[in-house]
Amino acid sequence: MQPLEQRDEVEMLSLMLLIRRFEERASQQYQAQKIGGFCHLYIGQEAVVAGAVAAIRPDDYIITAYRDHGHALARGTTAKACMAELFGKETGCSRGLGGSMHFFDKEHHMYGGHAIVSAHVPLAVGLAFAIKYRDEDRVTLCFFGDGAINQGSFHEALNLAALYKLPIIFICENNLFAMGTSVERSTSLKQIVDRAEGYDIPGEIVDGMNFREVRDKVAEVADSIRKESHPSFLEVRTYRYRGHSMSDPASYRTKEELEKYRLDDPIIRLRAQLTREGKLTNEQFDQLDKRAKETVLAAVKFAEQGPELPVEKLYDYVYFNGAKA
Amino acid sequence: MREITYRQALNEALAEELERDPNVFLMGEEVAEYQGAYKVSAGLLQRFGSKRIIDTPISENGFAGLGIGAAMVGLRPIIEFMTFSFSLVAFDQVVNNAPNMFMMSGGQFNIPITFRGPNGPAHQLAATHSHATENFYASVPGLKVCTPATPRDAKGLLKTAVRDDNPVLVLEAELLYSSKGMVEPPDEELLIPLGKADVKREGSDVTVICYSQTVPISLTVAAQLEEEDISAEVVDLRSIKPLDEKAIFESVAKTHRVVIVEQDHPFCGVGAEICYRIQKTIFDELDAPILRVSQEDVPMPYNEDLERAVLPNAEKLVTAVKQVCYA
Ligand SMILES: Cc1ncc(C[n+]2csc(CCOP(=O)(O)OP(=O)(O)O)c2C)c(N)n1
Ligand SMILES: [Mg+2]
Repeated sequence: MQPLEQRDEVEMLSLMLLIRRFEERASQQYQAQKIGGFCHLYIGQEAVVAGAVAAIRPDDYIITAYRDHGHALARGTTAKACMAELFGKETGCSRGLGGSMHFFDKEHHMYGGHAIVSAHVPLAVGLAFAIKYRDEDRVTLCFFGDGAINQGSFHEALNLAALYKLPIIFICENNLFAMGTSVERSTSLKQIVDRAEGYDIPGEIVDGMNFREVRDKVAEVADSIRKESHPSFLEVRTYRYRGHSMSDPASYRTKEELEKYRLDDPIIRLRAQLTREGKLTNEQFDQLDKRAKETVLAAVKFAEQGPELPVEKLYDYVYFNGAKA
Repeated sequence: MREITYRQALNEALAEELERDPNVFLMGEEVAEYQGAYKVSAGLLQRFGSKRIIDTPISENGFAGLGIGAAMVGLRPIIEFMTFSFSLVAFDQVVNNAPNMFMMSGGQFNIPITFRGPNGPAHQLAATHSHATENFYASVPGLKVCTPATPRDAKGLLKTAVRDDNPVLVLEAELLYSSKGMVEPPDEELLIPLGKADVKREGSDVTVICYSQTVPISLTVAAQLEEEDISAEVVDLRSIKPLDEKAIFESVAKTHRVVIVEQDHPFCGVGAEICYRIQKTIFDELDAPILRVSQEDVPMPYNEDLERAVLPNAEKLVTAVKQVCYA
């Protein structure tokens, strides 16, 4: 299989643009009440997942929390299947049964979309356990927020991963807040990465606004894990531009803070790097952006037109084989 | 009396109990600086300070246990779960520590704690975020469970829960927070006892037993059925445990027909227990089999139409009432 560390940076920039435009459109469709429930946008954090998937192979495993649209798109789930999920359609990646917080895509090794904070971290350890059990050449990437690191399940999972030397990268997307609670107000440590030290797991801090830095670090760690199975921990520092969810005005932080991070925008950064190196012209960038917007518009159309799962089929999804209790 | 929201009523109950007893404190995620995820604790940090209104990290099992420990030595914690779906992370503490302590310590340690927050499905929050937990918790000896449906009941029951010397769960409902109702003025003490149902509407043909989010549905249906000459009595349980058997039996003795409308799942749901008790004690009063309207026996789907199909609703209740009335 072609290792993705060689994936073209322009292609990855275009993925980040796709995520950004997808989220903007999702926000608009939420306001138009085409999307219901809770909806958490990934805008500002695109370089984290883009950098990470650029460094792994398509058959590696990934799993994340409820801010999951970007992760599915990065893994290769189509914008159509993602948007249709938000619209609750049968053509969605979880058949319209999971919604924004529960994106799943088995074919692309995307193991969810999990909405109970930290509940998926032990699952990630289970994915990694299965890799080692079958002696496979894969790694598991487990994404979670800064808010997850104070749950018991998180701690239990880290210890298990270290104890059994499992092939997993814990990727903490530290965007400084869990809803309205800043990291200083939730965590007794000065640095999140120090959590790893307590379990003898190697950990590093990564600049999550810098695509290249994320990619290179994940590539290096994945490479080391493939040579000899072990867990690893990356605290990736990033920022979410929007509120926690669609209903959060984010009044717990200042405009200045947001502006500071916007100036460090991951898309602008990668674009500037590529432009400076003569790998991307302004026209090409505009073209990429235009394509992203078109893809997302087509996804909205697809989502609107898709069928909904008929009520009669609901019991087919309670037990495998469709047996009714 | 004045009209206030359910949210405001809970807020008043919290403030009054915090004011009355310095051993009472409120702890949970986003309860202080953010003013509550659903704004139930708005203004309390400003009024009572950060010693008594305490934000936590996302650590439900930890802070639920902290509350129980503090209660062992005489504090009276109010622990907010952002929703009861997240109380499942703390299931061990709520089910294995809080209610067992009194028995297993031979009566040395009672646990005066209140666990509160929204419970039951809201709107399109999907499987992990839509749990109706009343039947899980009501099945545990040592816990008390109440489910207020109106602002007045919310205020009166929460205040009683805080004063109770045992673990009490106050199961609120997200979709009711903005609903309005008449409540006594703040200078009038309002305590509603646990284990007392309330006849929210009198009737003679059929008893509709309900609680929490199914109360407004029942009242709507009762009004609608009146036009079809069916007189429905709406009995709001208010507490699931202790259960007001007397009020249930009195109503059934009057109407002889029963529909139970509950927001949990049908298998081992609250209604199953009530059915059992009615037939055991006043079998001869029944003129028709008891029917239950509940959620479908499926994890909650996200899709709006499917969610609607899963939930109890007015249409399903009307059908059930007509069936027991042979109408
Ligand atoms: C067990 C549990 N408790 C509380 C919540 C409510 N909740 C959802 S997201 C969230 C904040 C999580 O923040 P973080 O982990 O930093 O992720 P971010 O939103 O920043 O991506 C909270 C408290 C939940 N979903 N699950
Ligand atoms: Mg965060």
